[in-house]
Amino acid sequence: MTPALEIRGLRKTYKNGFEALKGIDLEVAPGSFFALLGPNGAGKSTTIGIITSLINKTAGEVRVFGHDLDRDQQAVKRSIGLVPQEFNFNNFEPIGEIVVNQAGYYGITRHEAWRRAEHYLRELGLWEKRKDMARTLSGGMKRRLMIARALVHEPRLLILDEPTAGVDIELRRSMWEFLRRINTDGRSIILTTHYLEEAESLCRNIAIIDDGQIIENTTMKQLLAKLETETMVLDLSEPVLQLPQDTEIPIRQIDELTLEADIQRGQHLNDLFRTLDQAGLKVQSMRNKANRLEELFLRMTRNEPEPSHLTPGAEGAAEQPENPQ
Amino acid sequence: MSARHLHDYWVAFRTIVTKEVLRFARIWVQTILPPVITTALYFIIFGGLIGERIGEMDGFRYMDFIVPGLIMLAVITNSYSNVVSSFFGSKFQRHIEEMLVSPIPNSVIILGFVFGGVARGLSVGVAVLLVSLFFSPLSIHNAGVMLVVVLLTSILFALAGLINGVFARTFDDIAIVPTFVLTPLTYLGGVFYSVSLLPEFWQGVSMLNPILYMVDGFRYGSLGASDFPIAVSFAVIGLFIAVLYTAALVLLKRGIGIRS
Ligand SMILES: Nc1ncnc2c1ncn2[C@@H]1O[C@H](COP(=O)(O)OP(=O)(O)O)[C@@H](O)[C@H]1O
Ligand SMILES: [Mg+2]
Repeated sequence: MTPALEIRGLRKTYKNGFEALKGIDLEVAPGSFFALLGPNGAGKSTTIGIITSLINKTAGEVRVFGHDLDRDQQAVKRSIGLVPQEFNFNNFEPIGEIVVNQAGYYGITRHEAWRRAEHYLRELGLWEKRKDMARTLSGGMKRRLMIARALVHEPRLLILDEPTAGVDIELRRSMWEFLRRINTDGRSIILTTHYLEEAESLCRNIAIIDDGQIIENTTMKQLLAKLETETMVLDLSEPVLQLPQDTEIPIRQIDELTLEADIQRGQHLNDLFRTLDQAGLKVQSMRNKANRLEELFLRMTRNEPEPSHLTPGAEGAAEQPENPQ
Repeated sequence: MSARHLHDYWVAFRTIVTKEVLRFARIWVQTILPPVITTALYFIIFGGLIGERIGEMDGFRYMDFIVPGLIMLAVITNSYSNVVSSFFGSKFQRHIEEMLVSPIPNSVIILGFVFGGVARGLSVGVAVLLVSLFFSPLSIHNAGVMLVVVLLTSILFALAGLINGVFARTFDDIAIVPTFVLTPLTYLGGVFYSVSLLPEFWQGVSMLNPILYMVDGFRYGSLGASDFPIAVSFAVIGLFIAVLYTAALVLLKRGIGIRS
């Protein structure tokens, strides 16, 4: 199947000489929910800007559903809806008109444009405000306005650049719900984020970008499985009397009621519990010490030489426990 | 270009023009009213008070002589400033990106902004004309010439405003050209006097001023009197439009000031 997005050898050097993209390759399957994850300044917005014709590339190829950006820019533009990182609408224009005008730029006549605007503004809870000026909206509403505007020409690929920045938790969840729904309806979605939790809870596929380079491009599941060690925090219901010695899974005592255990890939939680059982320790609850993705991410972007973690498709990955929470 | 494309571009063009018209109509107190008040003052002071003492100009009552020039002055400045502020504003608030991500050709973006400016220029022009009726009877020598000259002039200065907007980086940049170039050129372009009054040397200098030909052409359409043949006016205006349009197209294509 033709990829929703295909990028080859993409480079960007800004006018001041700064090299923001150092030759990235990326492929996003149609229908996927894809995360481009990376710290601030990694080059996420630059990449999105090039795909959406807002930034000129220095070198490389971009194809969207098979349409080449250099040869058929119009077809590329029609296939994409963009929700940019920064608000970019006219603050002094009514919300309804912002959406309807955007449709007009794609050749959609006014009557049909209003029909679609109503549909998306209702879904995003903004229809009642259609006559208000955009500047009167809260941050979360402005973000949703940009989502409605991005969808009004029914693009096959929706790109969101840091969509939940400045959106409070509750609204964030409902926005995620909405995005999941339109993804299930068949729209491909790419979002950039530096919130790891966001990528983990939404996206099935992920690429990690750092310093203008893609350092990982895989499924979320495989990525998580690549972590060799997971640290579990065990809360005990009774104080520790004696710690089991020389166990296969290393156990450390943190305080009277807390232990930590490092579980390697290929080891089983069952073994840990058997050991604890034999030592007469009662576990009340258990959790991951850190967000694994976060740990992985930090490790990767610190450029630590740990090639074995990074080799894709390592066998035995499937035995790694899924998120036990 | 297929029929589908033509349809889409036509819709996009109408969208931009409508948006531009709504923009200046919403803030009419800033956009329509001031030029009307200013011109009314010109009529009272120059036409009424001082004009009585000047007597005739080119064989017309001074008041009647300045009406076409003042209409042109209003059309020129308003066509220009509408586009320069709107285009710069759309860069400043970044909503120019709404157009840049969509499949509108640059030519349609240019035409949309330009005809938005023309709509403002002509609206103010008509308002000034209505005000002038209190001071001077409407005289039409050749309505066709009047209309075409005013329309082309408006297009020309809307294009110039667009180019200014492309280069502008600050709010100061959008005021410099109108203040230091446009207004002086218009005042020296025969709005208030006939160039035939000037010494020969200054007549020669004035002939380098394109606005002179526009005011003169419009005055011909209205009063039937002019300093130059009407064909010269059309040629000058046409040439400037062609050059400015091409420049605007090149600037947008290169993404000057709008794409990094
Ligand atoms: N117009 C520009 N000129 C020069 N450098 C830029 C420009 N825009 C972005 N950069 C630099 O390029 C790098 C990548 O920026 P960006 O793509 O916005 O990162 P991200 O979206 O991942 O935070 C940053 O170091 C940023 O400072
Ligand atoms: Mg960014």
